[in-house]
Amino acid sequence: MTLLAFVLLLAAATIGYVLNLRAAKAIRADGARLHSLTTFHGGFAALLVIVPAFFFIVLWLLLQGSVVDWLVMSGLPDRVLEGLGAGERQLVLAEIRSIAGGRVFGEPEPWKLEAAERMTGLRATAGWLMIAGLVGIMAAALVYARRTVSAEFRARQGVEGIVHWIMIACATAAIFVTLGIVVSLVFETWRFFRMVPVHEFLFGTNWEPQIPIREDQVAAVGAFGMLPVFLGTLVISVVAMFIATPIGLFSAIYLNEFATPRVRSVVKPVLEVLAGVPTVVYGFFAILVVAPALRAAGAELGIAIAPNTALAAGGVMGIMLVPFISSFADDALSAVPQSLRDGSLALGATPAETVTKVLFPAAIPGIVGGVLLAVSRAIGETMIVVMAAGLIAKMTINPLDSVTTVTVQIVTLLIGDTAFDNPKTLAAFALGMMLFLVTLGINIFALRIVRKYREIYD
Amino acid sequence: MTDMQAERGDTSATLRINWSDPAIGARLARRKRRQFWLKGLGLAAISVAFAMLFILVGSLLSTGYQAFRQTHVAMEVRLDPAHIRADNPARGNFRAIVGEAVANLFPEIEDRADLRSATGIVSNGAQFIIRDRVVENPDLIGQTIRVEVPVSDNYDQLAKGLLDRDTPEEHRRLKDDEIARFDQLAEAGLISKPLNTALLTNADSRFPELAGLKGALLGSFYALMTCFLLAFPVGIGAAIYLEEFAPKNRISDLIEININNLAAVPSVVFGLLALAVFLGWFGLPRSAPFVGGMTLALMTLPTIIIATRAALKAVPPSIREAALGVGASRQQVVFGHVLPLAMPGILTGTIIGLAQALGETAPLLLIGMNAFITSAPETPFSSATALPTQIFIWADSPERGFVSRTSAAILVLLGFLIAMNALAIFLRSKFERKW
Repeated sequence: MTLLAFVLLLAAATIGYVLNLRAAKAIRADGARLHSLTTFHGGFAALLVIVPAFFFIVLWLLLQGSVVDWLVMSGLPDRVLEGLGAGERQLVLAEIRSIAGGRVFGEPEPWKLEAAERMTGLRATAGWLMIAGLVGIMAAALVYARRTVSAEFRARQGVEGIVHWIMIACATAAIFVTLGIVVSLVFETWRFFRMVPVHEFLFGTNWEPQIPIREDQVAAVGAFGMLPVFLGTLVISVVAMFIATPIGLFSAIYLNEFATPRVRSVVKPVLEVLAGVPTVVYGFFAILVVAPALRAAGAELGIAIAPNTALAAGGVMGIMLVPFISSFADDALSAVPQSLRDGSLALGATPAETVTKVLFPAAIPGIVGGVLLAVSRAIGETMIVVMAAGLIAKMTINPLDSVTTVTVQIVTLLIGDTAFDNPKTLAAFALGMMLFLVTLGINIFALRIVRKYREIYD
Repeated sequence: MTDMQAERGDTSATLRINWSDPAIGARLARRKRRQFWLKGLGLAAISVAFAMLFILVGSLLSTGYQAFRQTHVAMEVRLDPAHIRADNPARGNFRAIVGEAVANLFPEIEDRADLRSATGIVSNGAQFIIRDRVVENPDLIGQTIRVEVPVSDNYDQLAKGLLDRDTPEEHRRLKDDEIARFDQLAEAGLISKPLNTALLTNADSRFPELAGLKGALLGSFYALMTCFLLAFPVGIGAAIYLEEFAPKNRISDLIEININNLAAVPSVVFGLLALAVFLGWFGLPRSAPFVGGMTLALMTLPTIIIATRAALKAVPPSIREAALGVGASRQQVVFGHVLPLAMPGILTGTIIGLAQALGETAPLLLIGMNAFITSAPETPFSSATALPTQIFIWADSPERGFVSRTSAAILVLLGFLIAMNALAIFLRSKFERKW
């Protein structure tokens, strides 16, 4: 049905284009001088058809699913949904959907089969309604567009006006994405805070999100104190920065001041490769190579190292961040004016002294900005820690121990569970909110430092 | 004049240096040593990074290459009409057929328990492979055919030398008699190790010897296509507006800051957005590559916008002025002249953005693209996994055979990434113009 809609859309746009083009050519053939080129008359008709029809289709498709679901659920016999929670209702709906999709498991109750039939019927009706609406809109647009064709009509301005607004819409898409992030996070977080008090979340030192899903289940009541989770994130980030900062900085200094252009042209792209490796690959590397190696080393030295120690996840994350820091530091060092370098060397300083005493202090703001951006990356990094860090939140700063992070908790809380009615899943959104705020804060701060510093020498 | 000369004489007098003073030599040596150390530290840092990359790639290659071959066993299979009905061959008892074929391999075994353990050599999927052959050609019923089927994971490990025969029997996953039986087959020349095409043509499976990447590859393909179709036009539209038309006011500034910040938002947050908005509010299907592509499009959008703006900026103003001078409108200038000239740069940026999107895992996990799905997706709306989420699933699986499969899947993923980046570099070097 959707495919048919888009085919119709394309056909109508072509028809509109050709009709208006011909009409405009006919006017010109009669000897009148057109204000706009004939193709603009055609394009105007095509755009006039495409824009409203496209939005109609998208809007319809976005809303159709929810409306059909709502109609089906409200059309169920009264007694069957009595006493069911939101999660169970979701399950019923999912079952009806799968029956409607032709996948019947076991022997469903007759009312479910009926509902599934209704759903199929409603979907078909909705599809035809959409086509009907679409044809109506496009016909109106075609008629209107055809009537605009005249020698005086400023078709070029018309086309450019529409294109202009399309481009503005594209540019605001980015704002809508941010808005979507903020609204969805705030909304779900607010629902979470209605179940769990804010102060308990912010200052609690106990994180045990396992809550009973069924009444008779034996489980902890659930504790949602985010401090141990953030502490774990901090431990892993610190480990990562301990690895990434010196390696990144020293390699940047070497590349910038000592390496020949040939060496530089080889080393830099290879370092960039480290940044291009997907994080899931680093995660696998951590559990396949790094963690066993660390454990073996620990056993040699007689130190007990947890199998999913923060060192493994943090260390691998550090490797991932090396190119990030080195390229920022490289940029910062290159941006220091040549005159400072020449001046220092002319006074008899060695290249090393020039770097440490002149260039490095001058480049400090840029370097700090880069390191801060790397920190925000480390905090928000997900796959490495999901695969290599632990699941249990502990109030510890021992990097040999197993710790968990914000991103690990978000992923584990949400995998395979999307009923948005219990504190367990909503807690993930609250954590996401904190993560978003912290990384955003660091990013804005870091970008401000970098920009301020650039202005000094520009 | 004389004053100045006198002054100069004075200064040179105060700076007279005794070059033979040993303190100078010591200081110089110390300074040179520092220089040496700084250089050495830099080299060491680079070597550490290189070593890590080397170990990473090395460990993947050394564990992954095994998965590109799969151990097969050749069997004479009699398609007994007693087990298969000609009118409905798909519902035949192929389990029994495989059992009989294995019994034929070991005529000397009498004991039923031994026979069952011998059947364990053959993969669980063997019956389905034979079934597919029969369904394809029902005339085979009643005949005896020779098929090569995969052996199950433990024997695959044994054949590849990954199972140590020297470990004590009670710690080994295969007992002595099982190994002896397998060796017997090997001596008879029935064991072969052909190229593992199933790795690319099968979908996921619980059994490592049957698991393949077809579903994940198709899922990633659909997701990337969706991502491209959404992010490319919107990104170019946004970039053109911001670079060429937007007035310098607070709203344009806001959009710009917004885009820069969006590029640095953690990927898992985009997953939360997709989960709440696409799945929760709009009710789009879970695990669908289309939804994954939409999520990836949101993440790729800033990359494409930034790359496109840079490419547009690189087109010299003289082009614009010349076009304006001969009477083109501002949009005609952009769409007729600037955009075509900037296209190589835009495409390069887009391909790099898509390569990033291909490796992105966390947001796809949150929208359920880590489900266990044993058939390849037919449309972008059916459930599927993607390449990185498939890697995640396999890395989590306890069977030994999945370790090498995971590495192999990673090698496939890295291969795609290298190809995409190579294409981007090629485009840049081939079409980039220096003005």
